[in-house]
Amino acid sequence: MTLDAYNPFDPGLPPARARALPWLTVMAGSLTAIVPVVAIVPLQPPMGLLMLLAWRLVARFALRLWAAAPLGLFDDLVSGQPLGSAMLLWSLTSLAIDLFEHRLVFRDFWQDWLIASGAIAFCLIAGRFLAVPVEAQVDAPLVIQIAITVLLFPMATRLVAWIDRKRGRNEVGV
Amino acid sequence: MAPARDRRTGFSRRRQYGAFLAYVLAVAGAVVGAVLLVASTFNPPAFGALRMTLGSVTAPISGAFVAAGDAISGVPDTIGHYFFVHSENDRLRAELERSRDLLLTARTIAYDNRRLRRLLAVRERTPDAVVTARLVSSTGSSGRRFALLNAGRWQGVEPGMAVRGPEGLIGRVTEAGPAAARVLLLTDPESIVPVRRTRDGMPAIAVGRGDGTLDVRSVATNVRLGKGDLFVTSGTGGLYAPNIPVARVRTNGGDVAVARPFIHPDTLDFAIVQRAFMPMPPSAPAPRP
Repeated sequence: MTLDAYNPFDPGLPPARARALPWLTVMAGSLTAIVPVVAIVPLQPPMGLLMLLAWRLVARFALRLWAAAPLGLFDDLVSGQPLGSAMLLWSLTSLAIDLFEHRLVFRDFWQDWLIASGAIAFCLIAGRFLAVPVEAQVDAPLVIQIAITVLLFPMATRLVAWIDRKRGRNEVGV
Repeated sequence: MAPARDRRTGFSRRRQYGAFLAYVLAVAGAVVGAVLLVASTFNPPAFGALRMTLGSVTAPISGAFVAAGDAISGVPDTIGHYFFVHSENDRLRAELERSRDLLLTARTIAYDNRRLRRLLAVRERTPDAVVTARLVSSTGSSGRRFALLNAGRWQGVEPGMAVRGPEGLIGRVTEAGPAAARVLLLTDPESIVPVRRTRDGMPAIAVGRGDGTLDVRSVATNVRLGKGDLFVTSGTGGLYAPNIPVARVRTNGGDVAVARPFIHPDTLDFAIVQRAFMPMPPSAPAPRP
């Protein structure tokens, strides 16, 4: 879609569908765990978390503050982590980003990326200690996984921004 | 990015309460998550039914993807086989010649073995296969190593059954849903398999390391594990049938060594689910007070 095709009078999707769309994209991200690959080392980036962070930072009213908990529950059901870990970590992340929004009002993309990197590292490292015993040899793959996920964040924001524009400008939420 | 004007609630009581309620719900979500986490830490299979019901929906989808991928990747293989069929034929003939003597010896030994066992009246148990199914996906973003099997209770798969592939042991079933089951792979940090060395029967345990390899820890003291030592299941504990290949030691070591499993999880396709070798006897009924 080029910029010329942008129509400022486009009403966008009906409100119910516009509100459901961010939820569906985050759940679709979680469902990338079902790709038919049996991995030896955990390198697959957590796409659900990535989509959640992108929505949270790019279109901040698309998802409500409490949406992280049910979305995390769904992610736990497919990701193999102990049930409740993503629910807890994603909720804490969501609240922490809210604190950042209060303090750091004018942000640009680089600061968003920095915040997202911190959130990704926090969720993956905490998730590793919640799921796997301390003596397991998963730390090198974990670092690579964090790096991959952080580098994928700009792409996730592009995708989310595109969906958000398709969705229409009517601010739902709050 | 401009500050969010919409965050201000103004004088509207409705919006003030709405914003407050959102914070309350967010914190409540975190608390519920923590409670669920504690529950699932102390009782890991607690929410298995929920997980595997969802798995029963996703496993056939992954299975369809696998089948489609196989069909596509099969085209170059078929072409390659067409061109190399003569050289492969010659190679296989030569291999057959070489292995004929070995086969005769093995037949004699097997016959002797059967006769001597009958003499000793050893009771044999052969674990019977329950079902053969595809492993369709795994937990690629979590540190735990689980795979999803495309068969569940409807096909007779129950938690506690052993799963093996053509090359060796894969793991065991931890949760079973209607049409999908979760398999704990050998390389998971919480998987422990009793094994013995093929050369001298030295007992050991194989513990997953989480990075695709296993730690073989000798049970006996004062032994040395050498590079190339082969380990097979010993049958101790009654879960895995004896003599399923497990791992080959990769480096020389003392009584602990790193070993590489025989299965290549990234090329896994079909897995055989077997009944537990010696199932646990049913627990005695609790005495009435």
